[in-house]
Amino acid sequence: MANGVMTQTQYIPYLAQKGLKSWILTTDHKRIGILYLVTISFFFMIGGLTALGMRYELMTPELDFFRSTTEYNVAFTLHGSLMVFFFIVPGIAASFGNFLLPLMIGARDVAFPRINLLSFWIYLAGTAILLFALMQPADTGWTFYTPYSIQTGAKVIMITLGVFVLGFSSILTGMNFIVTIHKLRAPGMTWSRLPLFIWASYATAILQLLATPVVGITLLLLIAERAFDIGFFDPAKGGDPILFQNFFWFYSHPAVYIMIIPAFGIISEIIPVFARKPIFGYKAIAYSSFAIAIISFFVWMHHMFVSGISETAAAIFSFLTMLVAIPTAIKVFNWIATLYKGSIEFHSSMLYALSFIVLFTIGGLTGVYLGALAIDVHLHDTYFIVAHMHYVMIGGTVMGFFGGLHFWYQKWFGKVFNELTAKAAWFLVFVGFNVTFFPQFFMGFQGMPRRYATYPAEYISYHAISTYGSWILGLGILIMTVNLLLPLMKKSNYPKSSNPYGSLSLEWQVPSPPPHENFDKIPTVTDWTYSYGKNRSEANAKK
Amino acid sequence: MSTWIPESASNLAASVDNITLFVTIVSVFFFVLISAVLVGFAIKYRRKSEDQETAYITHNSLIETIWTIIPAILLMVIFAWGWIAFKELRNPPAEAIEVNVVAKQWLWEFEYFTGKKSLNELFVQQNKPVRLIMRSDDVIHSFFVPQFRVKQDILPGGYQQLWFTPTKVGTFDLLCAEYCGSGHSQMLAKVNVLSPEAFARWEKGDELEEGAVVAASSISPVERGKDLYSQRGCLACHSIDGKEVIGPTFKNLYGKTEILQDGSSVLVDENYLRESIYEPEAKMVKGYPPTMPSFKGILSEDEVTALIEYIKTLK
Repeated sequence: MANGVMTQTQYIPYLAQKGLKSWILTTDHKRIGILYLVTISFFFMIGGLTALGMRYELMTPELDFFRSTTEYNVAFTLHGSLMVFFFIVPGIAASFGNFLLPLMIGARDVAFPRINLLSFWIYLAGTAILLFALMQPADTGWTFYTPYSIQTGAKVIMITLGVFVLGFSSILTGMNFIVTIHKLRAPGMTWSRLPLFIWASYATAILQLLATPVVGITLLLLIAERAFDIGFFDPAKGGDPILFQNFFWFYSHPAVYIMIIPAFGIISEIIPVFARKPIFGYKAIAYSSFAIAIISFFVWMHHMFVSGISETAAAIFSFLTMLVAIPTAIKVFNWIATLYKGSIEFHSSMLYALSFIVLFTIGGLTGVYLGALAIDVHLHDTYFIVAHMHYVMIGGTVMGFFGGLHFWYQKWFGKVFNELTAKAAWFLVFVGFNVTFFPQFFMGFQGMPRRYATYPAEYISYHAISTYGSWILGLGILIMTVNLLLPLMKKSNYPKSSNPYGSLSLEWQVPSPPPHENFDKIPTVTDWTYSYGKNRSEANAKK
Repeated sequence: MSTWIPESASNLAASVDNITLFVTIVSVFFFVLISAVLVGFAIKYRRKSEDQETAYITHNSLIETIWTIIPAILLMVIFAWGWIAFKELRNPPAEAIEVNVVAKQWLWEFEYFTGKKSLNELFVQQNKPVRLIMRSDDVIHSFFVPQFRVKQDILPGGYQQLWFTPTKVGTFDLLCAEYCGSGHSQMLAKVNVLSPEAFARWEKGDELEEGAVVAASSISPVERGKDLYSQRGCLACHSIDGKEVIGPTFKNLYGKTEILQDGSSVLVDENYLRESIYEPEAKMVKGYPPTMPSFKGILSEDEVTALIEYIKTLK
């Protein structure tokens, strides 16, 4: 599909340069991608360890691991904040987005490489501010609801500032990606040939640009409340705590889609390659990302059905929530249809992609329970929510993230990992995840509320199973991590081919790892990214 | 206890359970269908040879239209059904009996129209609709009784309402469902659903007969104190095993000398314990937050005595 990609003689891999300065001052999109990957992985590990601590505590109804309920509350606040704001919001969009976007569209870099580096530094500044604010230590939960967050003395203004600064990094990255997609596509890379990961990145970038300013508005109102005593959120000053929830979810609900849409993109890249089939319903998948992005701005109140909002508001938001499910269902059907009459190879990344479909389906279907008003009243703020959210975020986003790591690993690092170990780790992750979170659906139906450090004894068996599951999941992630880190320390494990899976996408047409500016000569694209098996089918037609 | 949905004990439970059942049937059907097709394709079309034939199929408008329309119709049915059932949850009948509820960190107070009060125990009559008028003294709490399928956040600075008709005699857990701080997971209470006769007795009765609801026979002050310790929410802040929760532990408390905030010291005896229950901020022990509410008008003199007798036994 592409001509004149490489002249081997001048090949200098982008990882060749060594030294701290070559990293912190780099404007190479691939290196910036690695900077994000390392940072978010670090926070993912810390967030994961706090989760293991919480699960260990919950093995028995009484307090036994943490010294006080407050310590448990601090742990879940830290877990939620790290995972949401430090890991999963910037996660795939910034790390994979940076590495893949220019490569996939046939560009040498993003449109504004220096702003791209600035985004990373702003991201670090945001994490520093937020970490400082959480050192209090905060025990508010990652939702920081007023008036508890005011009462407990959490640094709400600092926290909001941190989230806003993090969001500003997203705004710059989003803007950079949009301009790059519009201006730097290689000749022949038309909109209808664009890889679906690029479509997903585009939809995500729009969400980042439009949703983040709301955090800025909230910040200004919080400062005005504190400085000029104007009651916005604090009932003691005549404010309305519901208003805070509106602002919080007006940002945080679109943010949920900032977290998941890039994973949709990754799945849409992995499945066609290992099924050797064109993606089924290309246009439907591309447009449904946009449909989800747009509707996601108008569903935020479904987090507030029992908070005392009016019946009319509840009905409108329940209706709009149901609408989001339609494009989501379409994507699932399309991915499965892609497998039909294919030639499926079960590479570790494909196993993650297939388990994504199964787990995300559970996450999506349980979302329908919560969108239906009368059912949500019973399930709201119970473990059903905890399970649903983790099925979407781990079963969805993290499975996509792991799948992407295994798929592009050798392109990114120029090394190969042990495939058998990778499959074993996948098995543990898949089993461990389900053992941890599936019992929580039942626990939620039974009425077990979330954010309980201690709990009535009747829920003990569900909690115990869930804790055992967390150990399996933790072990799986540990093995996966070691398996991915080991090859990087060895002077062996080099890939045999630059395109071992036979992908038609541009990033696989350059060596692994790619040279500094990706392409010696900008390639000319002559066909659709997903035309797997097209030549053969044309040849058969001629016979 | 069934494994997936708790016992239903209110008039509202049936309509919530019906739609839950419908969504579950739809969900299980689609999940099984999707998984079966996925696994089926994965097995049937697994790569057996490198040059395996594949089909070149890019899209199919008919099938894509079908799988858009069918979920859309089902989702609209679920939306409408959920809304109809929700309307029922939100609109109490006019004849409902009103109970005032105050939620505060970390206990529940109930006040009945007769002027009677109860703490961490709500008394309602079987088959009589109840309307709760709820307010919060501090942060957001949420009234949740799983067996009734009702939940409502309670916000400071206004009233929230919730209603149900209890259909089964018995005792049910009332849980705080909105995170409200360190005592959140211990902000538990009981809903006692009484038969009309028992309810009439309770309404007329004095403290002793109120006790009759829990146990008919007379019990020792220590046992009564032990019951009060859990029923009246002491356990949310005071442990009995030496652990520091929010307030001082009750273990070895009696007979101990405590240092107060102003640096003076006090011997923990009967008088000090009684004063601290009725006027918690009168003599504050150093290092603890002033979060305990006064139990004046909530715990009778008899009950305070019973509690003190119980605390004395915790060695």
